[in-house]
Amino acid sequence: MERIPILRMGRLLLVTIQVDMHDRLAMTLQDDLTNRIVSDRATGVLIDISALDIVDSFIGRMISNTAAMAKILDARTVLVGMQPAVAITLVELGLTLEGVSTALNVELGIKLLQQGNR
Amino acid sequence: MTPSHQAANVLPLHTDEDVVRLRKQVREDLVALGFSLIEQTKMITAASELARNTLRYGGGGEAHIDQLTDDGRRGLSLSFIDQGPGIEDIALALTDGYTSGGGLGLGLSGAKRLADDFVIDTVPGRGTTVKIAKWKLF
Repeated sequence: MERIPILRMGRLLLVTIQVDMHDRLAMTLQDDLTNRIVSDRATGVLIDISALDIVDSFIGRMISNTAAMAKILDARTVLVGMQPAVAITLVELGLTLEGVSTALNVELGIKLLQQGNR
Repeated sequence: MTPSHQAANVLPLHTDEDVVRLRKQVREDLVALGFSLIEQTKMITAASELARNTLRYGGGGEAHIDQLTDDGRRGLSLSFIDQGPGIEDIALALTDGYTSGGGLGLGLSGAKRLADDFVIDTVPGRGTTVKIAKWKLF
């Protein structure tokens, strides 16, 4: 079954979404991330969407849900690399990504997550 | 003056992969018509929302892609057609946050905001057609 790879860097999980995900793949990613937060005892999740041209409400909800589940598991979520056209569209769509911090790129995102660690 | 149509491109919407294929096709057509990146993003996002609705709530269906010309402007029209349960209360369905299926409830209202034209035609028990269009001005 196809899966989006999740990398570990210390206590952080890194995901780069590089394909136009169909809904099932997005749900699998959500489950995989939640499972990995537990199994790896991760304190932070970084989701890189710099390659995504389109973020619709389903993907948006997947990201929010992931962040919510991460929070319950005492981990923070940072979203990085949002394309400007995507940001504009999300605002017009009315989608607010609750509980998700953002950063411009992976490096800044990792810094943000590491600062948050006790 | 009524807009003239070119032959419609018809795509099935029965699987998640069909939705991905639709996004790709809409992208190609918008690029070919010279739409800006932001216009493309808005329209493809709207298409994705409506295609998903057709799949999840409409029991599957199809999308029609039409190129339009009207009085010096060109556009792309997308129709999402199903023979599903239809929508009982359109006004309610168009409210931000209203969902009958556990989603975010932004698909229909969002698509309306993202497109230039939006028409919905639904008969409870018979089906739904949602049509959106984006126009390129010269």
